[in-house]
Amino acid sequence: MSMNPRGWVLRNSTFFVITAGLLIVGAITWAIGDLLIERIVTVMFVDVILVLALQVFMGNSGILSFSVAGFMGIGAYGSVLFSMTPAAKAAALPDLYPFLTQVHLPFLAALVMGGLIAALVAAIVSYPLMRLSDAAGVITIFSLLVIINVVLVHWSTVTNGPRTLFGVDRFTYLGTSVVFCVLFTAVAWWFKESRTGLRLRASRDDAYAAASVGINIVAVRYAAFILSAFMAGFAGALWAHFITSFSPYAFYLSAMFVFLAMLVIGGPNGVSGAVVGAVLVTALREVLRSIENNVNMSKILPSGLVGFTEIVMAVLLIVILILRPGGIMGGRELRWPPKGHLRWPPKCHLRWPPWKRAPGGTDKGV
Amino acid sequence: MITLDFAINAISLGSTYALLALGMVIVYGILKLVNFAYGELLMIGGYSLFVLGLGPRLPWFVMAVLAVGVAVLTSYLTERVAFRPVRENSLTAMLITSFAVSTLLQNAALLIISPRARAVPLPDVFSESALVLGQSVPIRNLLAIGTSIVLLLLLVVLLRRTVLGIALRAASDNFRMTRMLGVPANLVISVAFAISGFLAGVVALFWVGRTASVTPTIGAAPLLVAFVATVIGGMRSLEGAVVGGYVYGIVFSLIGVLLPQALLEFREAFMFVIVILILLFRPEGLVRGAGAARKVG
Repeated sequence: MSMNPRGWVLRNSTFFVITAGLLIVGAITWAIGDLLIERIVTVMFVDVILVLALQVFMGNSGILSFSVAGFMGIGAYGSVLFSMTPAAKAAALPDLYPFLTQVHLPFLAALVMGGLIAALVAAIVSYPLMRLSDAAGVITIFSLLVIINVVLVHWSTVTNGPRTLFGVDRFTYLGTSVVFCVLFTAVAWWFKESRTGLRLRASRDDAYAAASVGINIVAVRYAAFILSAFMAGFAGALWAHFITSFSPYAFYLSAMFVFLAMLVIGGPNGVSGAVVGAVLVTALREVLRSIENNVNMSKILPSGLVGFTEIVMAVLLIVILILRPGGIMGGRELRWPPKGHLRWPPKCHLRWPPWKRAPGGTDKGV
Repeated sequence: MITLDFAINAISLGSTYALLALGMVIVYGILKLVNFAYGELLMIGGYSLFVLGLGPRLPWFVMAVLAVGVAVLTSYLTERVAFRPVRENSLTAMLITSFAVSTLLQNAALLIISPRARAVPLPDVFSESALVLGQSVPIRNLLAIGTSIVLLLLLVVLLRRTVLGIALRAASDNFRMTRMLGVPANLVISVAFAISGFLAGVVALFWVGRTASVTPTIGAAPLLVAFVATVIGGMRSLEGAVVGGYVYGIVFSLIGVLLPQALLEFREAFMFVIVILILLFRPEGLVRGAGAARKVG
């Protein structure tokens, strides 16, 4: 690796381009000063971290990972136990274990604890799971999500059970979320470009070839899974200190659907895809939701327009998977200078009818 | 503690689960697709019954047949519209598609009908009990057992004695080879989805029969059941799926009796721990199928 700083910047230009984009979005939001937009963008930055967490494991290993929502939940509850004041805990969680009732950490430390607890859980349970690929791998990781959810819903002592947990103080604001978003973009980018990341991507593209050159597939997957859990846990902690009251149902399949849609629509094989997907899908969801709300308020339809947003998202997701399985970014990264990496309009297998395959190869996506 | 009533209940649960698992594995065997939208087929069956109940008074049996037909049609359409175009892409693409289809159908039910539970018309026999060996047993449970046995026998005949069945079994053994031998892939896959939808539709009748109502999220529980039962059965063989369904039904009932109340809430978590353990240590399931899940390391 050369020590030429210009070369270093150019090699990592993806990170700088994304950072610039995120900071611009943050600055514009701050300049507008609208409370609602600020809330939406703050959640968006947290979502970007979650999608990056998903990308770190799923994008690099090729294994569909449902557990991100679960680790987000662990991070949320884990951090809140350390950041709530003893008085708030006594009110919200009267049966809490005595050794936890008096603990009170500063916010930042609590966020890190949330991430660490999620990473610890991942480290303990996931090693044997990393041997499984394909459908078996998906089902075990899905099972993990179900198990985490059952535990969160029923471990009333720590989580207040299926009921909403109140009494969390707010810590996450626009600035907080943008700072951590940039930080975790750096982490995801660094991981993808690291030796471990490269080995993991090699195992994704051809497990046998990767194993034959001495890559320990289980070990590299394990590393990515723990990192992914830490990021998801940390993001969950950020989210918990933004929303301040939540229940375990926020960390289940409907949340997972949104993260998956963001990653797949953006492009699962790159860091840029994760960020672009999260930003675009957030924008789209807000538009759809405002349509939904307007229709519901105006009472045009007798029963309202419940579920409209998810339906459009699901259709869009399927269409992307059919027409452009590599997502919007198609496996490429944003770069500076662009060097023709970004084409407009993006190359797309537009054909009709869509189920008739074009001859020849397709871009590798998910 | 193990009374006749309990045994019949467990076996009827197992019969329902066996059909569920079979419907899932018949698609999995060919496409390696774990169909997340499978539970929604049950939901569609349930809602069809609800909608038919609003219309002119039909005999219940006719409504049931129509509801199962709608489930078959839905299953076929999901294959045609969503799964076929992504079939050539990676397995992950297909899995995400099925997750999207599941979300789509669930929210369509929310949008078109209602988030609230809807009552489903049921015949009187579903709420009556019969005396078996001096004990009162819900007829519904006996019906579930009888229906499953008949359907399983019919499926055995279909799969063993007809050309289509042999093609289906060959495809789930080695899909590429089967295609090379001239079996039309699209037809086989469509039939597999249709059978899957049929089984889901039949199970839907008994599933909504327990609560007499249907909600948009009713598909979640049977999906998880089908997962567990399929894995117990080894994911590959159709016989395994049936065994897995019965084992799950019986084990789940036994856990309900044997586990202390405090742990009972975590019953589902236990079942999924079993799933993970089986996939890790005995991926071929209780019944050895043609091939086990691929492992690395």
